[in-house]
Amino acid sequence: MIVATTVAIGGMGLVCGVALAMAARFLAVHEDPRVEELTEILPGANCGGCGFAGCGEYAKAIIVDGAEVTLCAPGGAEILDNIAAFMGVEAEAGEKHVAIVLCGGDNAKAPRRFDYNGVADCNAAHAVDGGDKKCNHGCLGYGSCARACPVEAIEITGTGIAVVHPELCIGCRKCVKTCPRFIIEMVPESQATHVFCSSKDKGPIVKKACQVGCIGCRLCVKFGGESFEMDGFLARRNYETPIEDEDTVIDKCPGDCIVRQEKSAAG
Amino acid sequence: MASYFLIIAGAVLVNNFVLTRFLGICPFLGVSKKLDTALGMCGAVIFVMTSASAVTWGVQRFLLAPEGVFGKDLRYLQIIAFILIIASFVQLVDIAMKRFSPNLHGALGIFLPLITTNCAVMGVAVLNVQLEYNFIKAVVFGFAAALGFAVALVIFTGLREKIDRANPPKAFQGVAIALVTAGLLSLAFMGFASLVK
Repeated sequence: MIVATTVAIGGMGLVCGVALAMAARFLAVHEDPRVEELTEILPGANCGGCGFAGCGEYAKAIIVDGAEVTLCAPGGAEILDNIAAFMGVEAEAGEKHVAIVLCGGDNAKAPRRFDYNGVADCNAAHAVDGGDKKCNHGCLGYGSCARACPVEAIEITGTGIAVVHPELCIGCRKCVKTCPRFIIEMVPESQATHVFCSSKDKGPIVKKACQVGCIGCRLCVKFGGESFEMDGFLARRNYETPIEDEDTVIDKCPGDCIVRQEKSAAG
Repeated sequence: MASYFLIIAGAVLVNNFVLTRFLGICPFLGVSKKLDTALGMCGAVIFVMTSASAVTWGVQRFLLAPEGVFGKDLRYLQIIAFILIIASFVQLVDIAMKRFSPNLHGALGIFLPLITTNCAVMGVAVLNVQLEYNFIKAVVFGFAAALGFAVALVIFTGLREKIDRANPPKAFQGVAIALVTAGLLSLAFMGFASLVK
């Protein structure tokens, strides 16, 4: 009886143990050790700006699938150099781009059409008849972009408008994708003067909705030359051409929507 | 055919493993906070319980029963043998899944080790023996029992997600209201008691 018991349990244990050992030996998954090393090089913010689920996934994509090494915006030039050196490829960093909210119409300057009492979320507010702001393109200020930001670089000011702190922005573009109004854009970090309006409506409509809207007067194109271009009734900065006489352009803009962003002003 | 249907309906609704037999309460309370993790757990449990039924049935029939290879009555070793078999079987599945289907492993992988000591798996193995099922009935019963677990877990998770948002009084928040909910859900499942005579 004892023998049978011992043999049964012992044998079962032996068979299971050997089977597991064999499985561990022959079915082991060999992960490329470079993936882990490359993950260490990446910033580790897991912001998803590269289009992959996190830094680990991006490292895997570079090594296994041969993804581009230039996709990590938060890493900047330094990390790009490290990745390029690690992978043995040449890569040149473009200038760092930061997000900016192209709207200057806060609660004092751009009135609201109705009282919105719903969920404090821009996408929800935007779904209610195009948002409660009179301007159909203005920042709603319910902070969807601020919540999407992985580094808390976006502040909703006391006057109800989103402002990106460029010195904190890592350039992951999450806010750009979140904004239901499509008014957040990526601009070169060195540029400080922007058109703080995204309304392509005609002058009179803009004028009724906001005190600091672009009315499409073309004065900036006249004085700034190629550094501005018209998109319908909206002036846009052409960041490839620097503005020659910034002060004149800012001064001439009748809507006061061309503003030089002071580095500390947002703080 | 009708007997298989009875086994399935019986295990899913009438004698639901969680809500009537009170087996597998630990994962029932542990992984019922979010629906997607609960679904992952359901998938892993269905897989493990179905295959564990098959494996333990074989062990009982060919090793432990008096007519097995040892020719002796070793049925008193049932529990320790089943634990051994189930634990190593789940480990084996874990390793094999990681090798052959990384995606499935990503979805179910973290839940597999949790199930090795799940009493619902043990329960289905022991019940298969007590109810004297043949091989096919044992596998069907294992699958149906796991399906019952999945039904209970998904319903319970949905309830918990809603209750969390309903802002219960502070004293009831978390596990307290979860246990009350589980009790009410169990009462509701007693309504199925007369479904299968």
